[in-house]
Amino acid sequence: MVEWTDFERATIQDIFSKLEYEVVGPKALARCLVVYPWTQRYFGNFGNLYNAAAITGNPMVAKHGTTILHGLDRAVKNMDDIKNTYTELSVLHSEKLHVDPDNFKLLADCLTIVVAAQMGKAFTGEMQAAFQKFLAVVVTSLGRQYH
Amino acid sequence: MTTLSVKDKDTVKAFWAKVSGNADEIGADAVARMLVVYPQTKTYFSHWKDQSPNSPAVRKHGVTVMLGVGEAVAKIDDLKAGLASLSELHAFTLRVDPANFKILSHCILVVMATMFPNEFTPEVHVSLDKFLASVALALSEKYR
Repeated sequence: MVEWTDFERATIQDIFSKLEYEVVGPKALARCLVVYPWTQRYFGNFGNLYNAAAITGNPMVAKHGTTILHGLDRAVKNMDDIKNTYTELSVLHSEKLHVDPDNFKLLADCLTIVVAAQMGKAFTGEMQAAFQKFLAVVVTSLGRQYH
Repeated sequence: MTTLSVKDKDTVKAFWAKVSGNADEIGADAVARMLVVYPQTKTYFSHWKDQSPNSPAVRKHGVTVMLGVGEAVAKIDDLKAGLASLSELHAFTLRVDPANFKILSHCILVVMATMFPNEFTPEVHVSLDKFLASVALALSEKYR
C-alpha cells in the first residue's frame, strides 16, 4: 500500500482541481507523439501525424488526450487503492490495446512537463516530487495485469 | 541513441541562444529539483553541509553544470572529443552512475518548461532531449 503524506495528497488534489483537461490532455499526448515518435505506432488510424504541426492540430489526438487525462481522475479519487482501481484498464491496455508498458512512463514524463509549463514557478520541486510519485504509482498499476 | 540531425543542432543552438542568459538560474533550479525529486542523488553530495534548494553549494553547482551544457552546445558537432576531459572527470574522479545523467536531464527539461513555456515547444523538447542524451553518452565515454 502506498503511503501518502498530507502534502502529497493536497498537492495532487490541488493540481488536478485546477487542470484544464481539454488543454493539458491534448498537449501531453501531442508532446509524447512528437518527442517519442515510436509511440505513434498505437495511433495508426488517427490520420495525419506526419509532423509536429500536424500532430498538435490533430483533433483525434486532442480528443484522446482529454480522454487519457480524465482516466487519471479515478486515481485522484482513490489514492489509497490505485492498484485495484486500474485492474480493468490494465487488462485493457495489455489484452486489447497491446501497449508496451514502457510507454506509460514516456507519457507520464510529457504530462509532467506540460503541467510544469502551465504552472511555471508554482510547480516547485516538492510538487514535482509528489506529482511524479503519483504518476509512478499509476504507471505501475497500469502495468500490473500484463503477463 | 542518437545522432543529432542538422535540424536538432540548429534547434538546440537557437533555443540555447534564447535561454543561456538565465543559465545560472536554470542550473540552480534543476539541481535543486533533482535533489528533492530524486533523493538518492543526494548521496553524491554528502560533503555539503547544506543540501537545501537555495543553499550556496546547490546554486554554485547549478552554475557549474550549465557551464558544461553551454560548452556542449558550442561543441555540438563533436561531443565525444569536445567533452573528453569532462568524461574523464566524471569517470575517474566523480564516478557518477550514468543513470543519473538521465535524471538531471529530465530536471533540466522540467525547468525549461516552467521558465520558457512558450519557447519550449514539442519540437524544441525532442531536439533538446536528444541533445542531452548525446551529452550523457559523451560523458559516459571514459567509464569503461
